[in-house]
Amino acid sequence: MLKFRDVDFIGFASLLSDNERLVRDSTRQWAEANLTPIIEGCAREGRFPRELVPEMGRLGLFGANLHGYGCAGMSNVEYGLVMQELERVDSGIRSFVSVQSALVMYPIFAFGSEEQKNRWLPRLQSGEAIGCFGLTEPDFGSNPGGMRTRARRQGDEYVLNGEKMWITSGSIAHVAVVWAKDDDNVVSGFLVETDRPGFRAEDIHGKYSLRASVTSSLSFHDVRIPAANRLPGATGLKHALMCLNQARYGIGWGAVGAAMQCYDTALQYSLFRVQFGGKPLAAHQLTQEKLAGMITEISKAQLLAWHVGRLKDQNRADHGHISMLKRNNVAMALDVARTARDMLGANGIADEYPIFRHMANLESVKTYEGTHDIHTLAIGEKVTGIAAFE
Amino acid sequence: MRILVCVKQVPAKDAPIKVAGDGAWIREDVAYETNEPDAYALEEALRQREAHGGEVVALTVGPARAAQVLREALAKGADRAIHVAGDDAHRLDSYAAAEAIARAIAGEKFDLIFTGLQSEDYGYGQTGVVLAELLGIAHATIIMQVQPAAGGVRVKRELENGYFQYLNLPLPAVLTIQSGINKLRYATLMGIKQAKSKPLATVALADLGVSPSLNRQSVAKLYVPVKTKKTELLEGPAKEVAAQLAARLKNDLRVI
Ligand SMILES: Cc1cc2nc3c(=O)[nH]c(=O)nc-3n(C[C@H](O)[C@H](O)[C@H](O)COP(=O)(O)OP(=O)(O)OC[C@H]3O[C@@H](n4cnc5c(N)ncnc54)[C@H](O)[C@@H]3O)c2cc1C
Repeated sequence: MLKFRDVDFIGFASLLSDNERLVRDSTRQWAEANLTPIIEGCAREGRFPRELVPEMGRLGLFGANLHGYGCAGMSNVEYGLVMQELERVDSGIRSFVSVQSALVMYPIFAFGSEEQKNRWLPRLQSGEAIGCFGLTEPDFGSNPGGMRTRARRQGDEYVLNGEKMWITSGSIAHVAVVWAKDDDNVVSGFLVETDRPGFRAEDIHGKYSLRASVTSSLSFHDVRIPAANRLPGATGLKHALMCLNQARYGIGWGAVGAAMQCYDTALQYSLFRVQFGGKPLAAHQLTQEKLAGMITEISKAQLLAWHVGRLKDQNRADHGHISMLKRNNVAMALDVARTARDMLGANGIADEYPIFRHMANLESVKTYEGTHDIHTLAIGEKVTGIAAFE
Repeated sequence: MRILVCVKQVPAKDAPIKVAGDGAWIREDVAYETNEPDAYALEEALRQREAHGGEVVALTVGPARAAQVLREALAKGADRAIHVAGDDAHRLDSYAAAEAIARAIAGEKFDLIFTGLQSEDYGYGQTGVVLAELLGIAHATIIMQVQPAAGGVRVKRELENGYFQYLNLPLPAVLTIQSGINKLRYATLMGIKQAKSKPLATVALADLGVSPSLNRQSVAKLYVPVKTKKTELLEGPAKEVAAQLAARLKNDLRVI
């Protein structure tokens, strides 16, 4: 495995404060010492390294940009840099942290009662409890508004019935944030403890992507939860989408990390691999054209992530900005990964180098949290004022 | 127990370095990090405080960029920090750096002062020792272990060939800490956040009357080692050649 060297062509680090660099470097040190050595094995075995969860909690990686309840209270740029460094090692690990932070802790933080916050946030922050987020259903992916999962009120309880699909961390979660239609047909958020009778989680096997992350299907068969488990502030699909915006923002940074890793690997490889005339691959124009294109796109993606982060810190990032960040940066990372794969020749398909794993992971990242095309439509609607989803 | 830890910012171990135009030091455009033995010194100080209470103060002598190692120390748990700052602070030799430290802490009382065994850039291994002499207090080098003992501390020193030495020292004392003696902690995100509100005092090197003109050592020339390949054939009967080879390995190359 080649040692990662920082990827910074445009003096990007000069846009960061000393504290932001400290956040990046500390996360990088931890990830390189603890994740890098095991990640290829985890992906091969299809295993999520759950043993690292308490340590990740201790470091403050969960809910890092939330305030109070034991959370680190990071700025959004600091939080983004954490995501970048995690995804530089593996998108699956970053996915776990994104779900825990943006899709489970954030909705409890933003839409939960004080009692729900006190009960769950400290435990989710420390990693003592793991959460999952159930929005997608077998028949409703890009269009979650059509969901069939129901929560019917019966006295002091809600009774849940339905199915959720492609749920990250589903089978290892202690609590699920479940989106279901209530008696008034309003999409609402509920906290479902996963040890309740009628709840089942089954892992989806045979994935070629995000193999170091758990993906499950959930089924709810007359699952009874106290009425107090309803998230009081989460009434309407828009609140589910607000959670997704938090996660998409982190993905925008994470994708930069994956791209940095692939680019750096390809650069180092092309400098030592010699073919034709005793020259390294890097001395050939076609290789240089690839490297120049990759570093240009990475630099632009870094600036976009940074800018949206600054906007988010000023409460000025809207969903269009975040759609652009997710759409551009993930597609960029996937292109960089594919080009890097090509540049390593046969070594590009071997797990001695991290590239193929990143490339396969990024296929999921392109699809989840709003597919590339769905974000195209979101930006299209923003600029034209015309929705083209239907 | 009040402990001062001296930490230095040095070029990162794997950073590609370039000799500066004046040939006396390297160019500034490299990545920097905390000198490794100093990281262990800080860790040891934090552990001592956790076990016995007290205060840990981190100090660095260096240009503005060096404040980063103090921020890291604060994030890991140091209580406060002192930055002895000057544009040419990285050009001080051990003696001048020790002078700067001694003068910067003139108004303070520490029970223990930790430094790393040596810095990974100049590699003098002298700063801690000279500092102890300037302060007129005890010191011991290459420390592997620190324990409280009657009237002071008991320390374990690393000698050569796997030998160790145990010593009792009175306080105050300067200890230069060996790398690898404990397990380094990572700065947590909460620690980084809290560090923002911890005191970080800056003292100008010039106000202490210290500059590279105090140096007693100077770098004559800095250059990248030139790779030379030399093959020598030892000829003669096998027995004689073997003896010659053994003598060369022992006396010239000193590898056996
Ligand atoms: C590894 C992994 C983890 C996941 N984790 C979670 C999770 O934790 N929680 C959760 O709720 N979900 C999760 N998902 C689900 C994910 O969010 C959905 O897969 C995603 O929203 C897309 O839905 P779909 O797969 O049903 O695709 P579909 O919606 O069927 O889309 C298929 C294709 O059609 C395109 N398309 C759809 N509508 C249009 C249109 N109007 N115009 C043009 N093209 C269109 C899409 O862009 C896509 O290319 C995860 C998915 C994966 C792969």
